Order: sequence, then C-alpha cells, then structure tokens
Amino acid sequence: MTRKRRRLYLVVGAMALLGVAAALVLTAIRDTLVFFYSPMELAEKDIPPGKNFRLGGLVAEGSVEKLPDGLTTRFVITDLSAEVPVLYRDLLPDLFREGQGVVAEGALNPEGVFMARQVLAKHDENYMPPEVAEALKKSGQWQGAAETE
Amino acid sequence: MLPEIGNFALVLALVLAIVQSSLPMIGAQLGNRQMMAVAEPAAFGQFLFVAIAFALLTHAFIVSDFSVLTVVANSHSAKPMLYKISGVWGNHEGSLVLWVLILTLFGAAVALFGRNLPASLRARVLSVQAMIAAGFLLFMLLTSNPFLRVIPPPPDGNGLNPLLQDPGLAFHPPFLYLGYVGFSMAFSFAVAALIEGRVDPAWARWVRPWTLAAWCFLTIGIAMGSWWAYYELGWGGWWFWDPVENASFMPWLLGTALLHSAIVVEKRDALKSWTLLLAILTFSLSLLGTFIVRSGVLTSVHAFATDPTRGVFILALLVVAIGGSLALFAIRAPALKGGGLFSPISREAALVLNNWLLATACATVLLGTLYPLFMDALSGGEDKVTVGPPFYNATFVPLMIPLLVAMSIGPLLAWKRGDLPGVLQRLKFAAILSALIGLATLYLSWGGPVLAAFGIALGAWLILGPVTDAVERTKLFRAPLSQSWARARGLPRASWGAMVAHAGMGVVVLGITGSTAWTEEKITVMRQGETVTVGGYDYRFEGAEQIAGPNYSAIRGHFRASREGRDIATLSPEARSYPTPPMETTEAAIHPRLSGDLFAVIGERQADGGWAARLYFRPFLSWIWAGCILMTLGGIVSLTDRRHRVGAPRRAAQKPGTQKPGARQTAPAA
Repeated sequence: MTRKRRRLYLVVGAMALLGVAAALVLTAIRDTLVFFYSPMELAEKDIPPGKNFRLGGLVAEGSVEKLPDGLTTRFVITDLSAEVPVLYRDLLPDLFREGQGVVAEGALNPEGVFMARQVLAKHDENYMPPEVAEALKKSGQWQGAAETE
Repeated sequence: MLPEIGNFALVLALVLAIVQSSLPMIGAQLGNRQMMAVAEPAAFGQFLFVAIAFALLTHAFIVSDFSVLTVVANSHSAKPMLYKISGVWGNHEGSLVLWVLILTLFGAAVALFGRNLPASLRARVLSVQAMIAAGFLLFMLLTSNPFLRVIPPPPDGNGLNPLLQDPGLAFHPPFLYLGYVGFSMAFSFAVAALIEGRVDPAWARWVRPWTLAAWCFLTIGIAMGSWWAYYELGWGGWWFWDPVENASFMPWLLGTALLHSAIVVEKRDALKSWTLLLAILTFSLSLLGTFIVRSGVLTSVHAFATDPTRGVFILALLVVAIGGSLALFAIRAPALKGGGLFSPISREAALVLNNWLLATACATVLLGTLYPLFMDALSGGEDKVTVGPPFYNATFVPLMIPLLVAMSIGPLLAWKRGDLPGVLQRLKFAAILSALIGLATLYLSWGGPVLAAFGIALGAWLILGPVTDAVERTKLFRAPLSQSWARARGLPRASWGAMVAHAGMGVVVLGITGSTAWTEEKITVMRQGETVTVGGYDYRFEGAEQIAGPNYSAIRGHFRASREGRDIATLSPEARSYPTPPMETTEAAIHPRLSGDLFAVIGERQADGGWAARLYFRPFLSWIWAGCILMTLGGIVSLTDRRHRVGAPRRAAQKPGTQKPGARQTAPAA
C-alpha cells in the first residue's frame, strides 16, 4: 500500500466516524436537552405536562410542608413574581431551606404541579445558582444579597 | 513576616520562569550552549521557590495565621489537623499554588533526569515548561494572591466547606493535578519537537513515561473524586456527567489516546503529527478543565462561589497557550516526514481505531459540556439549558462499545500486517465464554434490561482477551509450569502492564453495568425495630442518636443488615451539622461486598418519631474502584519496563519506578 492510499484510508475512516458521531449527537441533543425556566417564564410559555425541564427560584417562605406519608414534601418555588407548586418524594438535600435558592428537575403533571425528580443541592451556604440569580434579575426582584466571594 | 517571604518567593519564581522561558529558547535557536545551560538551574530554582511558598502557606494554615486572607476564608482553629493541611489546596488560591508546585516539580524532574536528552531539545522543553509556569504565576500574583493580609486579623476563620472535610477529598486534588499537570510534559515535548522540526522514536520514548505517569495519577484522581461523590453526596450515584467531572474526564480520554499513539511513534515511526496534536490537545483540555472549574461559567454540582474576573484571565492564558501551540502545529507539522507503512489490519491500524474512537468520544463530551455555553451565548442569555446523562448515554456510550470490543483484539494483532482471522481463532474460546456469560446473565435476570447482559458479556470479553493472550504467551497448561514461569518473567513489563490495564477496564465495565442495571433503592420512613428489605438484604432500624464530632454534631442512625437471617453488617449513616461555616452534610454508610454495596442514608426525624431513610443495594459497585486500581497498577507495571527507561538497560543501580526517561540517550543531536 502506498503512502497516499494509506492517508486516504485514514481520512475516509475518520470522516465516517465523525459522521456517525455527528448523527448520534444531533439525534440525542434534541431529546435530551433540559431547559431551565423560572416560574415567570413557565407562566408565559406553554409547557406540556410530562416534558422534562429544570425549574429554579427561591423556596417560598412558609410553603414547605410534609405530606402524611412522611416522605413527600410540598413546597412552592417562586421568583417573587410568579409561583409554582412542587411535589418531591425523596430526602431533601442538606441545604434545602425556605428563602434559599433551589433548582429542581422534573416535569409538570396535568394539574400544573411540578413533580420534581431531583432537587439539586449546592455546596455552599451562600451560593446562589447562577440561573436562579438570573431569573430573579429578570423578574426585577434581584437584591444582590446572595452575591458572594 | 512569613507570608511576605512566601509572596516574595513567588515573585522570584516568576522572575526565574521568565528567564527560563526566554534565554534557553534563544540559546537553542542560536546554538549557544551557555544560554541553554541556564535552563536547569532555573528549573531547580523555580521549584525551590514555589516549594518555599507552598510550605509557608501550609505553615500559615497549620498555625491558623488569621492575618492571611486565604486562611481566614478557608480554615478554622477547631478543625482537625488533616483538614487544616488539606485546606491549603481546598480553595482557589491554594490549589493554584499546588498546581504550580507540581508544574515546577515536573520541570525540575526534566532538568534532573533529562541530562542525556539532546541539549537543544532539553532547553526548549524546559523553556516551554517555564512559559506555562510564568503564565500561572502571573495569574496567581495578579488575581489570586494566596498571601494577602487582613488587618486587623479576625479572631477565627470561616472554616473549610464541610463537604471538603473528608479524607477522600483531601488527596483528590493533588492526584488530579499530578495528572493534569503531568500532561504539560507531553505538551512541552510536543512544542519543543515542533520548533525543533523533528519527531523520532527516541522522542516518543521520552514522552511515553511522562504521559503514562500522568495518566496513572489522573486515573486515581478521577476515581477518588468519583468515590467521594458516591459516599458524600448521598445520592448513591458516582458519576453525574457534571461539567467539573467532564473537565477531568476529557484529558483522561485524550491522554489515553496519546498513550497509545505514542507507542506507534516509538515502534513504527508513524502517526507523528497526530501524536503531537494529541499531546497539545490533551494539555489544552487540562487547561480548559482548570478554566471550567475555576471560572464558574458552567453550573455544576461542584460549583463553588467563583469569581468571573479570574475566568477572563484563565481564558486569556488558554487562548495564548492553545492558540499559540496549534498555530505552531499548523505551520510546522506538514514538514514532518511520515514514517512506516501499515495495512488496514495491523496493530497500528487497531491503535488508530483506538485513537479515533477516543478522540471522537472526547469530542462528544466536550460538546455536551460546552453546549449550554453556546446556547446561552447564541440566545443572548434567554435559553438556559443543561445537558445531562441521557445525552452521554446516547452518544458517548455507543462510541465506547466498538472500542471495548476492539480492545481485546488489537493487542494480539501483529505490527505492520496482522492476521485478523488468525487472531479471532485464538480468541475463539474467550469469545464463546463471554457470550455464554452474557446468555447466563440474560437468563438469570430475565425481564431485566437486555443491554445489561451485553454489558456483562463485554466486561467478561475484556478480561478474557488479555487472559487468553497471557496464557498463550506463557504457554500455560501446554508447557511445564517452570517453563511458563520463565516465559512469564521474560515477557516485557509493558505487555503485562497493558494486559492488566485492559482487564482492569473490563472490571470497570462489569461494575458499571451491574450497578446501573440492577440497583435497588427504597426511600421510606422507619421506626425503631422496623425492617425493610432491599436487594435481598433485610435492614433493621436500631434507632438513632445524637453524637458530637470534633467540629460538628450529628445524628447517627443504626441499621443492622442481614441476609437470610445471617448478620452482615451494621450501617451507621450520619447527618452532620457544622457550625463553621453553618452547613449540614450527609454521610452515607456503605458496606462494600463483592456482590454489591449496601448503602444507607439517614434523613429527617418525622413528627411521629420515625426517621426518613434511603437504602440502596448497588450490585458490583466496588468493582468500579477495583478496576480503576487495576488500570493504574497496569500503568505502574508498564512504567517499570526497562524499555521505558531509554537506553539504560544495564544501569541496575537506579531504582525501578523512580526512573524517568533519563540515562544514556543515544538519539542523534538535532
């Protein structure tokens, strides 16, 4: 085999593989991308029940309550201009508190309640998830108090 | 006084780095030996001064010198000593000092062990190494000085983030950095070779041990981080495809590719420019990883409060380093002469396939990691998205499967022109046995996920392939044992290393498959004396108590786990609360067994006196760690190969393992 032939094989092989990878990525990214919405955006947009997304904001003061099964928590995520009720059946993360920033992943049920599959814990007490800070800024409720460093 | 000396030492290191990055390079260009000779003492000096700075910073942490801002922000006088010390690198400023310390350590190692490198190549390598150091020292002194003072000093510090107060995490960053920064060696060698205009097998023999060592450190570092996430975050998961995890995984993927392509350069004098490109990209991804972790541009479970202005500086560093080296590559690489020819079925071709698949898989991870940034930028901040595990399952995993299948075949192929039917014939037994194991799994877990059976078969194949190879090459069972033993001893260590590492990958695959496919989980409320069954184990809740730790208080629950009436273990998970900084953490209790991990987390107390609890059984999970350890061991065994010691077969006085590619290099000077 000549040098040129070999180079041709290599290039064709690499291109074919990249093509496969690109096809995989293009088909996967549409279905697997998880969007982030604030309660206000959620109210504006029409998100069908069952579609997976992330919801972020503050845990509304006085909204956290345990259901009788002892495991399900009901609370409200707010960006201080709109509110979304949330149900979560799992242990809450260590930093979950009323008035704190929170990001939950899940989907709406037909009644418009957000069924969270995961509530994300953040490592730092003062840390505000950037999306939440952004959402609060958008709704005009940002006080900048959670900015740290 | 001491912190000022530390600061001064960093400035001196910077000055030395600037000298070392310029003079030897010019000297190599002009053929001036004196200018080139500046490199070694400068490299030692740089390491010395950074080591002094690091020692003084560590001292400030140990004696809790609260006049130093970094100490105030990250330490507390009541913290256990281990965490006072690990707190040195548990924060931005300190971790940078550690990064540069390791960088200069590698530089000093080249100066020490590289005595027999061609003078101009050594001067250029050290010069490039110093450029990286200069960039990072400048970054440190300008944006993140670890020795900033607070006047007046506060009475006590803020404490270290309790999640980081953990033995697993104490050693995770140093290992990760040894890996990340270790790839700087391959980078420096690649850039020096490009300037030099020549790459030959001798070059690859220099680069391989460094890359291999860096790869071993990175493997262990990633495994430790993953292990920490597994028991500390309390979600039972060990890998989340989180940007910060990806940041360390991408250099690992490309580093693995580099490791293999360097073999082709060394043995067959082919794939030269591709190997140079890989070396550049691997370190570039390490830099990108640093940028991602330190700038906070991506949301991550690991997100600490970060400062975007620092990100801009690292981004600039990144552009200069990556852009500069790639530009150099574009200009110089076409001039490199291609080497040995090979047929599409050969060891070389198998390694090319390995490189393609690893590089493509790495590209999909990179895309998934950066995609949210693109979306954010393109939509003007409107669309915030995350790319989660489903994306990687649909892209990364399918690309890995052909790689894993080929992994048992490639090493058996001959160089230049291989005999695929012959190799498959030799692997017949391994293939049949793997298929049988897969079918048995399918039968035993009927109704479960079919892919899991495939995963188990694949894992078995990965282990049986190298085993077949070893049995054949030692003529085990076909020759007297003593002869097999002699043959085993005669096999190159590098071959043993490769077999062990490949089999280790198989063990990891088994662990991943088992723990993903058959995990059982129960979230429940338990009262004292109640029993819950998860994964065939009965967990009896024996109650919970309040305990006091050295710098925290905690609720500790006790679960007695038994199987068919036989006691297995008592699991005591804790929910800790730390006063400084005020925070709660979950300490899962894990009892690892060969068949799987028993895993318990205790939650809140309920109004009726019960406790929320989360119980898991994760089959084969500890096999993941065992496999990572095997892979690292394989790397270490390979490192002790005399062929990796470059022309030093008779220098028995040197200890194996500590030998870097030093000693009696016979390559012609450039």
